[in-house]
Amino acid sequence: MNDTKVDFTNMPDERGHFGQFGGRFVSETLFYALDELQSMYNRLKKDPAFQAEIDHDLTHYVGRPSPLYLAERWTEKTGGARLFLKREDLNHTGAHKVNNTIGQALLAKYSGKKRVIAETGAGQHGVATATVAARLGLECVVYMGSEDVKRQSLNVYRMKLLGATVIPVESGSKTLKDAMNEAMRDWVTNVDDTFYIIGTAAGPHPYPQLVRDFQCIIGREARSQCLEQTGRLPDALVACVGGGSNAIGLFHPFLDDASVAMYGVEAGGLGLDTGQHAAPLSAGIPGVLHGNRTYLMEDENGQIIDTHSVSAGLDYPGVGPEHSWLKDLGRVNYVAITDDDAMAAFRSLTKVEGIMPALESAHAVAYAEKLAAKMDRDDIVIVNLSGRGDKDILTVAKLDGIEV
Amino acid sequence: MNRITETIQALKQQKRKALITYIVNGDPTPEITLAAMHALVSAGTDILEIGVPFSDPMAEGPVIQRGHERALAHGTSLRSTLALVKAFRETDKATPIVLMGYANPVERMGYGEFAQSAAEAGVDGLLTVDLPPEEAEDLHRCLRERELESIFLLAPTSSEERVKRVAELAGGFIYYVSLKGVTGASHLDISSVREKLSVISRYSQLPVMVGFGIKDGLSAQAVGTYADGVVVGSALVEIMGSGHSQTQILEGLSNKVASIRTALDQNSK
Repeated sequence: MNDTKVDFTNMPDERGHFGQFGGRFVSETLFYALDELQSMYNRLKKDPAFQAEIDHDLTHYVGRPSPLYLAERWTEKTGGARLFLKREDLNHTGAHKVNNTIGQALLAKYSGKKRVIAETGAGQHGVATATVAARLGLECVVYMGSEDVKRQSLNVYRMKLLGATVIPVESGSKTLKDAMNEAMRDWVTNVDDTFYIIGTAAGPHPYPQLVRDFQCIIGREARSQCLEQTGRLPDALVACVGGGSNAIGLFHPFLDDASVAMYGVEAGGLGLDTGQHAAPLSAGIPGVLHGNRTYLMEDENGQIIDTHSVSAGLDYPGVGPEHSWLKDLGRVNYVAITDDDAMAAFRSLTKVEGIMPALESAHAVAYAEKLAAKMDRDDIVIVNLSGRGDKDILTVAKLDGIEV
Repeated sequence: MNRITETIQALKQQKRKALITYIVNGDPTPEITLAAMHALVSAGTDILEIGVPFSDPMAEGPVIQRGHERALAHGTSLRSTLALVKAFRETDKATPIVLMGYANPVERMGYGEFAQSAAEAGVDGLLTVDLPPEEAEDLHRCLRERELESIFLLAPTSSEERVKRVAELAGGFIYYVSLKGVTGASHLDISSVREKLSVISRYSQLPVMVGFGIKDGLSAQAVGTYADGVVVGSALVEIMGSGHSQTQILEGLSNKVASIRTALDQNSK
């Protein structure tokens, strides 16, 4: 790591850069909307009434704080460090995504815009957006790749029940990245009356910052819960990284705690050497996509390539720019876990603890198990259980050759 | 002097408006693009804008998105686009060529290498849709070293502050996006275009070309009353993607461009 002390709390800079990463790579039409969003957010984040409204919703609607749970049987089985789970799976709608949609929907409300749009891959962010839109009485349109619409029919129906319009996207690879392109196109066209709720800590400035800020509740709670339960800070944090919003939410409040090691776990798919994965930090190079400069999966001509992961929520060729920065600084270690290892962790945690992790979170669980096994029994590892696995039952059943 | 400026000045002297036409390299197949470029010029194009296909063309409407997809299906790349320009220059040394695309393929090649190869191939300018002036300074420097122009977009939502900033870096011409939307949209509002053009002219001496939403002689003529020229894209890419034979496509392009040229020249009378 760098010898000079890095100020982690003061990023991004005024123009939205985390070192060489981040920024605002969008067409001219959107600048006005991004400027407007930024100045509104800068004003509201200092406004105690706005913060109080978020806190109120997180407590009474989402059900926070989420528990920090010592997984004793899993620790026993692993035979190393004490393993704690940060239970984001217990949030309303079953994942960490709602922390962010609560915040952004409030911004939408304050902006006076009556229509919200979102992109979604597996459908979790779409559901979390449709949920808060229903609660606030906002019109909601969710863009979803037509391939994902087929794979995630349950969440599509859930969104429809919540009153959202789900638009299947037929362009490109028909997955999350194309859904994001289409949401951007909608926003360019309807910029006067539409608020775009981005689901991960990526996209043009100020999105990476505001999604991170809304997700930092995870790390703030985990930090104080750990101190309260164990009397000290953890030795390591582990979280899965697709776009990276749950990971940055857990990591960020600990960045200045030099003794805390951090591991971001990417989707290794069929293995990094096969090229069939979704691990831009482990195997990609910096480039520009979706409004920011960040590590990407691309070919030698700079075209974005198709990704693969058993977990739809990690199946994305880019990653939030702050992760790219933290990787280059060496503050966070980025590693990859294959489909097979994630599936094994899914089954094992379900059986040992009675907690069924989302396939995304199962990547973190799998890596934590490897890590903890090499650590001392006094050590503490916190794993972000970013979502529950109910949504993945059909995928798992299919892999097992079972028709449900 | 750069070919873009030369061409526009000559048009000004003739009191004619510039016609800029856009097609995507490699759409629908790599074989047709060179012939299509020459056909566009014969039919009355002043400046050629060649789309460099990208896997994630965020600013494009459905018509041009499909053009990018057709081109990528045949492996069209930034490198093959530079080779195309070089081939075009063997017989046409006068028509200015602007490449229009997205940042990532240029980043991947490297700014310095791109600028050198583009200048050698005979490119005159680059418009990178997702590279606003704030993020464009390094690329701009490399382009200037090779006497290539940085073309920038301005939009109905651009503040005066942004108009000023774009005016500082822009060269060749300014591309005004006539509406809030993606390429090929259809809600063109002439009076708002007129208003914005007068704001732009306060900060920049550069000619202003208007695009997005211009699809025929009528809309071209209406916009041409106030702008220095028009850009026609989706209407041509639609012909490229029609599935017809190469001969029919080239004929369709020529007819379309000739009719727009005729309408646009009404403005000079």
